[in-house]
Amino acid sequence: MEAVISEIVAKYNYWIYVVLMMIGFYAMIGKRNLVKKLLGMNIFQTAIILFFVSIGVKKGGGIPIVDKYQALAGGVDAATVVNPLPHVLMLTAIVVGVSVTGVALAVLIRIHEEFGTLEEDEILEKLRQ
Amino acid sequence: MSTPNLHLFVLVVPLLSALAVNLWGRNNRQMIAPLVLGSLAFSVLGSIVVMGNVLRHGTISYTVGNWQPPFGIELIIDPLSAMMMVLISVVALLASFSSLKSAEQELPGREAFFFTLYLILIAGLHGLVLTGDAFNLYVLLEITSITSYGLIAMGRGRAALSSFNYIIMGTIGACFYLLGVGYIYILTGTLNMADIARILPTLNAPVATTTAIAFVLVGLWVKMAFFPLHAWLPNAYSHAPTGAGTMVAPLMTKVTVYLMIRVILNVYTPALVFTHDWVTNGVMWAAAIAIVCGSALALGQKDLRRMLTYIIIAEVGYMVGGVFLANSNGLTGAILHIVNDSLMTLCLFLVVAAIIYRQGSVSLDSLQGIFRRMPITMAAFTLGAFAMIGVPPTCGFFSKWYLILGGIDGGHWEFVIALVVSSLINVILFFRIIELAYFGSLADGEHHEHGSTERHEAPWWMLKPLVITAVLLIVVGFSTGPLINNVISLIIPAGF
Repeated sequence: MEAVISEIVAKYNYWIYVVLMMIGFYAMIGKRNLVKKLLGMNIFQTAIILFFVSIGVKKGGGIPIVDKYQALAGGVDAATVVNPLPHVLMLTAIVVGVSVTGVALAVLIRIHEEFGTLEEDEILEKLRQ
Repeated sequence: MSTPNLHLFVLVVPLLSALAVNLWGRNNRQMIAPLVLGSLAFSVLGSIVVMGNVLRHGTISYTVGNWQPPFGIELIIDPLSAMMMVLISVVALLASFSSLKSAEQELPGREAFFFTLYLILIAGLHGLVLTGDAFNLYVLLEITSITSYGLIAMGRGRAALSSFNYIIMGTIGACFYLLGVGYIYILTGTLNMADIARILPTLNAPVATTTAIAFVLVGLWVKMAFFPLHAWLPNAYSHAPTGAGTMVAPLMTKVTVYLMIRVILNVYTPALVFTHDWVTNGVMWAAAIAIVCGSALALGQKDLRRMLTYIIIAEVGYMVGGVFLANSNGLTGAILHIVNDSLMTLCLFLVVAAIIYRQGSVSLDSLQGIFRRMPITMAAFTLGAFAMIGVPPTCGFFSKWYLILGGIDGGHWEFVIALVVSSLINVILFFRIIELAYFGSLADGEHHEHGSTERHEAPWWMLKPLVITAVLLIVVGFSTGPLINNVISLIIPAGF
């Protein structure tokens, strides 16, 4: 038990992302309402963003904004700043996520116009008729 | 001609003309066709020149914005990606003739939006085959996916619902890929593909490496609709507007298969991917089941377009299986099948588009006696069907031959049997339709609107690309030898 707890505490950022991801995954697969599915998808994406952001963090690291001339003269000690690259990658991933959400919401409006509901069961019922 | 930036123009010209189509095409519909066809024709010429350069001078590495790799994004054009560029631009150009006609009929007033997405999708596909950066690949994968969600949702009726399911599944796939890239970044500290391939084998972290590979591969399998993850594809492709299906169906899954090959060969190196026999065997069985189930499900369809979507699923099984055979014949067959399957699928979907343009439906009932109404279209259909079945000298025969040889070499008999069974099912599938179309009695067809014997061929805009594609099926079949010797053999890694 001790070992398990210390394992979880030592890598808590990964555990949080896994749990969040599973919540999102469940919502995407288990929920019958299309908006809830979309929200699940967003949670899923956010979990991955959290994962990426957490891997850039260093203990005691500052923000990665350094004085240009100082850096050119003496270089930068990588241990003093967090790794900015995963964060920058996630900016792009957030943009991708927002675009997908936008398209999905537009598609949901189309579905609502077409079927008058966003409950999957009711839509399938209408399709069967 | 040896402009150093030409390969970039192949991508940029469709992208910029997408904006132009959106700006000017909205008010002036006359502008759309020249912009679309002009930019795609430029892509075809450009990509052929690039391919010539690559074959003469070897792989081109290009740094965007002069940020040197491994820090900057690198574009790599090796023989495989050059071949894919030519394939994408040719298929897109041929499909766009037909799409212009279908969009005019099905989406009046919305053609400008349709072709904006259409061209961005093509630019994204070019980007996918060019990039040498693992994260850049994710972004481009999402660009192509988002545009295809939009294109599919433009269809009528159930299209929006199918598109939504595709969005959910596609996002899961992309997120899995991204997670895999995250693990690779933790392991290697780099995102450049060549750099990853250099660093990864030197690390002694088998579990983490395998996890990363698994995430990336599962992500790509969702995107390419590999068998247990295929559920989104038939609905999405058969409810899409006809013009979108003609371009998306031949290209999307095939480019994703290309990505899988690229990731296996140039990012992870085959030695790391094919380490566990049980994994390889499992994938081979999944591929065999994909092939048999895809073909069997196709048998149950009452609509030609829906039937073809299930055949696409079977064909994805062919290619994934060919790659996981992990021998030279299998990989050759898989790469050859990317080319052949794109052309075969294009040919059959162009036929579908032509028939839908004339009679609005491709349900099997409505195809009765259609040979008399659309003889040229159906002749091309017969040729496409022969290629799908694998009748020599059409191109479908040669790739299937290599896949079967590879299966025998690797001792994967389940795969060989699946290939043969699927060919037999294809015979039944297509001959049923050919029989119906040729001999189908018109007495039953009289209640259809167009059930007359009068010849009513598709318009020239749809017929010309169709005839060219049908001829290409045979031309590519005859040029299999040079294609393998000059292009594909350069890609097969040593030790295969």
